[in-house]
Amino acid sequence: MSCRSVVLLFPLLSFWPAFGAEVGIPAQIEFNRDVRPLLADNCFACHGPDAANRQGKLRLDVREAALAKEAFFPGKPAESELVVRIHSQDKDEMMPPPDSHKKLSARDKAVLARWIAQGAEYQNHWAYERPVKAAIPAGANAIDTLVARRLITVRMKPSPEADRRTLIRRLTSDLIGLPPTPAEVAAFMADATPDAYARLVDRLLADPRYGERMAVGWLDLVRFADTIGYHSDNPRNVWPYRDWVIQSFNTNKRFDRFTLEQIAGDLLPDASVETRVGSAFNRLLLSTEEGGAQPKDYEARMMADRVRAIGTAWLGQTTGCAQCHDHKFDPFTTRDFYSLGAFFADVKEPLVGRREEGMPVTTPEQTARLAELREAVAAARKNVAALATHIDAAQAAWEAHGQVSAASSQNDLPREVAAALKKVAMKRTAKDQQTVKAHFRTQVSSVARGELDRLAEAERAQQAFVDGVPHCLVTEAAAVARTVRVLPRGNWMDETGEIVKPGLPAYLPQPDFAGRALTRLDLGRWLVARENPLTARVFANRLWKQFFGTALSRVPSDLGAQGEPPPNGPLLDWLACEFMDTGWDVKQLVRVIVTSTTYRQVSTATPTQLAADPDNREYARQGRPRFEAEGVRDAALAVGGLLSPQIGGPSVKPYQPDRYWENLNFPPRDYAVDRGDAQYRRGLYVWWQRSFLHPSLLAFDAPSREECVAERNRSNLPQQALVLLNDPTYVEAARALAARIVSEGGGTTEARLTLAWSRALQRPPRAEEVRTATGLLDEHLRLYRADPAAASALLATGDLPLPAGLSAEARAELAAWTHVARVLLNLHEFITRE
Amino acid sequence: MNYFPTPFQTRRAFLGRVSHGVGAVALASLLEKSSSLHAASARPAARGVVYPLPLPQKAKRVIWLTMAGGPSQFETFDPKPKLAELHGEAMPESLTRGQQLAQLQGQRLVCHAPQFPFAKFGKNQTEICSLFPHIGSVVDDICIIRSMTTDAINHDPAHMFMNTGSQIAGRPSMGAWVNYGLGSEAENLPGFVVMVSTGPGRSPQPIATRQWSSGFLPSRFQGVQLNGRGDAVHYLTNPGRVSRAQQGADVQAITALNRQHDAFVHDPEIATRIAQYEMAFQMQASVPELTDLRGEDARTLALYGCTPGDGSFAANCLLARRLAERGVRFIQLYHRDWDHHSLLKEELPLRAKEVDQACAALLTDLKQRGMLDDTLVVWTGEFGRTPMSQGNKGTVGRDHHNKSMSMWLAGGGVQRGRVYGATDELGYAAMENICTVHDLHATMLHQLGIRPDAFTVKFQGLDAKLTGVEGGGVIEGILA
Repeated sequence: MSCRSVVLLFPLLSFWPAFGAEVGIPAQIEFNRDVRPLLADNCFACHGPDAANRQGKLRLDVREAALAKEAFFPGKPAESELVVRIHSQDKDEMMPPPDSHKKLSARDKAVLARWIAQGAEYQNHWAYERPVKAAIPAGANAIDTLVARRLITVRMKPSPEADRRTLIRRLTSDLIGLPPTPAEVAAFMADATPDAYARLVDRLLADPRYGERMAVGWLDLVRFADTIGYHSDNPRNVWPYRDWVIQSFNTNKRFDRFTLEQIAGDLLPDASVETRVGSAFNRLLLSTEEGGAQPKDYEARMMADRVRAIGTAWLGQTTGCAQCHDHKFDPFTTRDFYSLGAFFADVKEPLVGRREEGMPVTTPEQTARLAELREAVAAARKNVAALATHIDAAQAAWEAHGQVSAASSQNDLPREVAAALKKVAMKRTAKDQQTVKAHFRTQVSSVARGELDRLAEAERAQQAFVDGVPHCLVTEAAAVARTVRVLPRGNWMDETGEIVKPGLPAYLPQPDFAGRALTRLDLGRWLVARENPLTARVFANRLWKQFFGTALSRVPSDLGAQGEPPPNGPLLDWLACEFMDTGWDVKQLVRVIVTSTTYRQVSTATPTQLAADPDNREYARQGRPRFEAEGVRDAALAVGGLLSPQIGGPSVKPYQPDRYWENLNFPPRDYAVDRGDAQYRRGLYVWWQRSFLHPSLLAFDAPSREECVAERNRSNLPQQALVLLNDPTYVEAARALAARIVSEGGGTTEARLTLAWSRALQRPPRAEEVRTATGLLDEHLRLYRADPAAASALLATGDLPLPAGLSAEARAELAAWTHVARVLLNLHEFITRE
Repeated sequence: MNYFPTPFQTRRAFLGRVSHGVGAVALASLLEKSSSLHAASARPAARGVVYPLPLPQKAKRVIWLTMAGGPSQFETFDPKPKLAELHGEAMPESLTRGQQLAQLQGQRLVCHAPQFPFAKFGKNQTEICSLFPHIGSVVDDICIIRSMTTDAINHDPAHMFMNTGSQIAGRPSMGAWVNYGLGSEAENLPGFVVMVSTGPGRSPQPIATRQWSSGFLPSRFQGVQLNGRGDAVHYLTNPGRVSRAQQGADVQAITALNRQHDAFVHDPEIATRIAQYEMAFQMQASVPELTDLRGEDARTLALYGCTPGDGSFAANCLLARRLAERGVRFIQLYHRDWDHHSLLKEELPLRAKEVDQACAALLTDLKQRGMLDDTLVVWTGEFGRTPMSQGNKGTVGRDHHNKSMSMWLAGGGVQRGRVYGATDELGYAAMENICTVHDLHATMLHQLGIRPDAFTVKFQGLDAKLTGVEGGGVIEGILA
């Protein structure tokens, strides 16, 4: 250390208290909150867990190791190498080095120096410690208590409760993904009983559309899609899994069981059709049919895909980088990566090529019926087998006779039979023998024919029945699992790596398995074990985001060193503990969140709040997220009265621009638009073509589901305006809404507008809005009265038939109201959860 | 002529912004950790996150010509007389042992001669295949790289690698990165436009939207596909016979009602929403104007050899020039059907004919308008092809190959009339000045004024880069 640096440092050190207060440096530095993020982002890449790339044998992620290398002297920042280096201007000395393009701010440097001054204490990474449930005063709401505690320290005040109309609109959108009906709003607003809100929550949680709403986020996480993804992107059978997710949320399947069925639904002691459908989770990854694809290459890709999925969906750990090298920021090693991947080495599947049809997904009655049919086939087979000797003898006799007369009666025999018969028995090929045998049994012998017909009939009946039930790719364990090796630098062509068995990440707490071979069942149980510090936090963090728009720890897919220690850690911990304490009861956790005062606050921000907490990390108000892609579609269809109430079933194909699939191939594909009810299904049922997702969903940030996604973008783009203005789905919804306005809204424009507003926005229009809408209506009405053909053209959008016998005036009126309805469906308010 | 009579506000609008939730990460970096509120007003629209540019900007925009399927270097830009000599003989095992193969797995590997003569063009007497006389006529303006390599050997992952620097889905494509870094100068058009040409062709390899996805970057940076037929942009046309005036009236009413609502809720997102509606409305006029080639004079149409509206590669090249003129930052064209496992001799000349004149015309046209200097044009497939023959489907072709491929660049501060790098005498592997896809990306970013290794976005805990974890080196040897 040069003397110059020390001299320069002292004036800085002496100013710390004042300086610190000014820029908000905490008086007491906390390693996890203040220091680890700085070290992780700026230092760990070279001085962290990845031994292979460690520089100067120095690691800063372990205190003892850092002390051993004299990186710093606790209590003596000015004498500490770390402090000197981060202040150095010398290109060879300064840290982080210039070529890392990393820079510590003056505040960062002051934090590190103060941390050393205070003793340079470390903490274990917050998310790897078991969550601790904060003590809450009896009778108090834990969420409100913990949010309030935090608000006091950041000197903010909570917001008042939102009005009733906003509350029912918010709650209905959050819990079932749809706008409430005017009648539901009116009933809630009129309900003066003290438990009106709690009963509303209960009603919505019991609504089967709750499962549909909750499924959307989970389907993103597990990358559910109707097609395989790579190259030809052909269809595969997985939609029953989507319905399984919906049903699981609706029946409030406990999250631990929900987890187990997905990872090991085939291995459960009580495995059933239902749990096996859950195990489709293991099949949802990308696969290829591309010619020239090497099985070993795709074996490696698929294994890595599965490890990333577990990391994103359950552990909140970024694992992908450990495919090639030890994680640079978290203690997740390459060995952990391949050991975790080895759990899935028993999944039976083609590594390259077409997916199989999958398991018939039968109801209990169908299962029984199928068993009967299978028995019938088995019985018929048995009969054929029993007669075999007898029939073979008859065949021999016939051949003896047949060969003699073959020459004369050749015309009666199929050519290949005759040809085979011409040869002496010794010279016949296996195929010849088969030909003769088949001919005799089906055409000649009446005994054989009878039994064979019965067998064929039984097989036909079974096949017809199987064809009539849905199929789903599921997990089936192979008797012999694939061998899994650590792939050096992720290179699948390198087979020198160590062979690994299924194993859990070594840095996380786990039971002593005493050397027993582990299965997917062990993995599933461990993910939801009480000692697993991650899963419950990860789930609670995501759930919070769903109800507030921002997560407690900013990045839902990463609770590691490069993620964010939650500003309100006790709150996340409390939710995680509560979730586990209630036996992983999802509906209960939802209920706890939405009944809190915190949830019920207004979402409008005061200028002070916006300045102090622009991203609403402290929850002194509610968030104002735009609806997700599916929610935008569902709201328009619902308000137009078009939405089909059907739950589940095969995916559907709504209107889509012509030729949108023209760049798909092997084979080329036509997009066959669904007609009737299937046209008006909820967004989550739309056919999920990974390489060409429906453009309207894509415009509103629905992910292609090629990789697991824990949070969607929420963008605000001109393409969204084009969709809402011009996509026939939305124009048709506007037309349907207009028809209701005209037929049910009464005679006056104002009454009609009141109906329109109450259906679309669940409130009456304000005077100014009435003026704007009336002006618009009159303008279009004038145009359409003058040009009836234009009215008819607009009203021809979509399949929905027009009421019969409409006069030109009625058409003009309906067309003009379609514009008003269209404007409503395009409003920011219409697609925003307030 | 004023194509875009729009106020500043709509320009800002197109850039939009991400709000709540902010998919990831990107926002934090995008807004330099300031609040989402201040960002929209503080940062002028056309500016990206890299500002000021750390390097001199040699290229302002990129036109990337993707020859999808993987053109053979032996019938395009890499002459291999020795391969002709060994035609029909076994490929030396010393070259192929232990190497990746695609469809030739487990088959006998036989040398296959170049199927068409090469000829010398330009004042440097550069040798290229005689199927490309037009490119030959501008060869002194281009820089051929004969030593390109890639990691992937199947189409889909190879395209992903070429477009995003990763074989794993979900990463931003280079067009998204470039717009994120530099912003867009296009007033009423997206900053990243993609066109896939339609043509006769056989049964070409599929292309997925993920190839122009914004990945973990905000959605507004994604490529917008300009369709050759039907609506140039999805949902661009009004329903029924709704007139532009009527559409305008509706958009005005939407804006008015949004404003009225904003007075109650003070939601900064509403201002963006209003601006996006204005932008969408402007696009409904500006995109048809853009794609209408009737205003181009006969000489220009003859130069490209296209018929307006035919969706051909040539028409798309002309559109690319129009997009470049309008400030679009990244323009990517796909021309498919270069996957010649078989019928190489019969089909490749057809593809060559479809692109040869158009490529040369694009360079000539850019040059005569003074735009070639600051436009980087790149011509490449997703991988190369084997010097070995493949004959499993009748007539002979070549298999996928990642150890060697040829490509070329032009403009944007790249040397002119240069051949860079070489393969071994049979063209199996790049030998001299070996280049990787990461190097190509690094070079592109460098020419755009961006430091490739410092251009990062936090994703899954890593400082993700277009040039990948390993990073890429700028190919200094090709820079002017």
